[in-house]
Amino acid sequence: MTHEETPSADPAREQEAERAVPPASADPAASAPRASRRDFLKAGGMLSLSSLMGTAALMVQSDNARAAIEWAEHFQKNYRLMTPQEKAEARARLERRYSQEYGRKVNVDTTDAQPGVLMGYALNVRKCIGCRRCVHACVAENNQSRGSRPGEKIEWIQVLRMERGEFAKEKMNQGYPEGLGIQVGGNAYTPAGEVLEGQYRYEPAAVPEKDATYMPIACMQCEKPPCVKVCPVRTTYREPDGVVVIDYNWCIGCRMCMGACPYWARRFNVNNPVLPKEEINPVTHYLGNRPRMRGVVEKCHWCLQRTRHGRYPACVEVCPVGARKFGNLLDPESEVSLILARKNVFRLKAELNTFPKFFYFYD
Amino acid sequence: MRQLIHFAADYTGYVLRGGAKFYAWMGALSLLIAGMTYVFYLQNTEGLIVTGMTSQIHDGLYFANLVFLVGVAAGAVTIVFPAYAYHHEGMHKVAVLGEMLAITAVIMVTMFVFAHMGRPDRLWHMIPIIGIYNFPHSMLAWDVLVLTGYLILNFVCGFYYLWCKYTGKPINRKWFMPVVWIAIVWALSIHTVTAFLISTMPARPMWFHGMMPIRFITTAFAAGPALIILAFLIVRKNTRFWIEDSAIRLLTAIVTWCLGIALFLTMSEVVVELYARTEHANGLYYLMLGLHGLTRLVPWFWASVILMVGSFVLFLIPAFRNDMKLLPIPCVMAFAGIWIEKGMGLVVPGFIPTPIGEVTEYYPTFVEWLMTLGIWAFGFFILTILLKGAIGILQGEIKYGGQAAVAK
Repeated sequence: MTHEETPSADPAREQEAERAVPPASADPAASAPRASRRDFLKAGGMLSLSSLMGTAALMVQSDNARAAIEWAEHFQKNYRLMTPQEKAEARARLERRYSQEYGRKVNVDTTDAQPGVLMGYALNVRKCIGCRRCVHACVAENNQSRGSRPGEKIEWIQVLRMERGEFAKEKMNQGYPEGLGIQVGGNAYTPAGEVLEGQYRYEPAAVPEKDATYMPIACMQCEKPPCVKVCPVRTTYREPDGVVVIDYNWCIGCRMCMGACPYWARRFNVNNPVLPKEEINPVTHYLGNRPRMRGVVEKCHWCLQRTRHGRYPACVEVCPVGARKFGNLLDPESEVSLILARKNVFRLKAELNTFPKFFYFYD
Repeated sequence: MRQLIHFAADYTGYVLRGGAKFYAWMGALSLLIAGMTYVFYLQNTEGLIVTGMTSQIHDGLYFANLVFLVGVAAGAVTIVFPAYAYHHEGMHKVAVLGEMLAITAVIMVTMFVFAHMGRPDRLWHMIPIIGIYNFPHSMLAWDVLVLTGYLILNFVCGFYYLWCKYTGKPINRKWFMPVVWIAIVWALSIHTVTAFLISTMPARPMWFHGMMPIRFITTAFAAGPALIILAFLIVRKNTRFWIEDSAIRLLTAIVTWCLGIALFLTMSEVVVELYARTEHANGLYYLMLGLHGLTRLVPWFWASVILMVGSFVLFLIPAFRNDMKLLPIPCVMAFAGIWIEKGMGLVVPGFIPTPIGEVTEYYPTFVEWLMTLGIWAFGFFILTILLKGAIGILQGEIKYGGQAAVAK
């Protein structure tokens, strides 16, 4: 399964590395590809020169530079409060560090929210076949931690695999499934919708499975996000285009936001992310998929590095059945707006008044 | 100013001198503190992967101890309040010891915060002006505010009182008494806010109910004084400082009835949650009986029930509560029972199942246990010094220029 879909996620990424921005997106980073190619060559040249000077020397040199950059990163302000000048410096610093760490030119985009845009998402639960291509595409696109130790592997999307419930004749006289009930009998139903440990990491031979339904879930980009309210340092906030983002360099790792999120959308970096050099996606956004560090929280940001340039999030692009729809809620002709106007939609845990901009629908 | 230098010098000189028993005790604690320093280094180089915490269960042993110790800090008010509100003679004599305990507990809380944080190096992000302080929106910001305030209030009250005793000056009641009263109310606020910290999250149904603050306060006013009684008995045995029986008796009564109310509240919660047995009761169900075959906390829960009920019964028996040799038994039981109930028993099941229904378990690692032990050792280290210094001054063993103390 995994081997099958990795290639399907890859071409998009490679294409992106090549051109950085699709033709449709116009100006904001039009100059980026040229710069990135040149810098990449330069970095490559420096690298080979350094390797001639000996591995030891290279290690010392790069370690010092890295330490200096990390030192400077320590004292930078919260992203929202930075002047354009400071933003540019922070960006340059990060690009230098990432490029050095991952051995290739990494671009850190700082494009702001576009006026007149409020991003929205809609997911057709009836169509989802549980292939989990979205999960893998997301991991590849957004530089999540791979790794295998407990807590190390990070996925932002969970496709919850839920067993179909059924009433069975032979269970007619059963009591409650787990003791402590006065009423006995009348429990012929096998409960559905329970998710046990790791059940969203299933790897079936073929999908969809007969005995299961699927419920993909990720950050809902709430209009009234509880995570933002509880953050003691306002490192997580809602951008004007509606996406809840995190300034990874400002996060103190207190994890209050993780406790407050009713959708379990947030992940904690228990160590420096396990991200092999050859697997990094070098097209990143400051508030999005740039490589994170130890001790901070991360989550889905609707692929800001793509969506702010008019592209779809990776999960939408990869979905083979078209269950995932994305667009501008302020544009009445966008796909999402049309779905909201015409289909039966619902929000997950609507009773909590978080007002997600992630809608489920069916047709 | 010269007096202040003398005070510092005399105080330090006094607390650092002691017999073999004293040095052995402090040496043993120092070993654990050294261990703590090492695992703190590990956590901040390797990351929190050296702990058992994951994205599913991201608050563990550290957060549990933090919550519990805020209660111990608040519990000090059970000495200060009777001393100043009811002019209880025996309590008035030892009120300053309660303040010393509060100072210690708040320092330990701070250390557990550091242990818990993913990036303690970025704590300055919270400092207003140079950082961003999300006040009044973030409950954690409130918690930091009340805890810092409580530390300062207790430091001021405690050391001003000792300073007066030391120099022989009378206490300036014009500002001292208002500060004492503020500190008393403030003690309630620290634990209330800590309860709000977790009870204001609808995402975690196990914590999301209005009973949380009062449960926190009753358990705090049971565990705090239980620890104080133990400390008093040790002080009586090892120093010439005599703590009145009347003070210990009053504390025993407070422990007993706060424990009783706490048990009643726990029972109410169990009935309400398990009678209806909605999915929101899954956390409690996991704690009491296990969920989907995962039962790691079940023995802890029942141990805590036995300890709390058992100590409550023992406290009710006059032969037990009036015998100073037997009294430590129910005190230790109550303290341990509440440590479990309010620590691991409250924090961990809040994450089981996760908001999307995933059931996982949490195993504290050796690193976490060593860190926890080390911070407790550090707490006892500070407490020993603070109590020793305070008792030395109260006894008149340290005083300015050899004058007799006249302050009351």
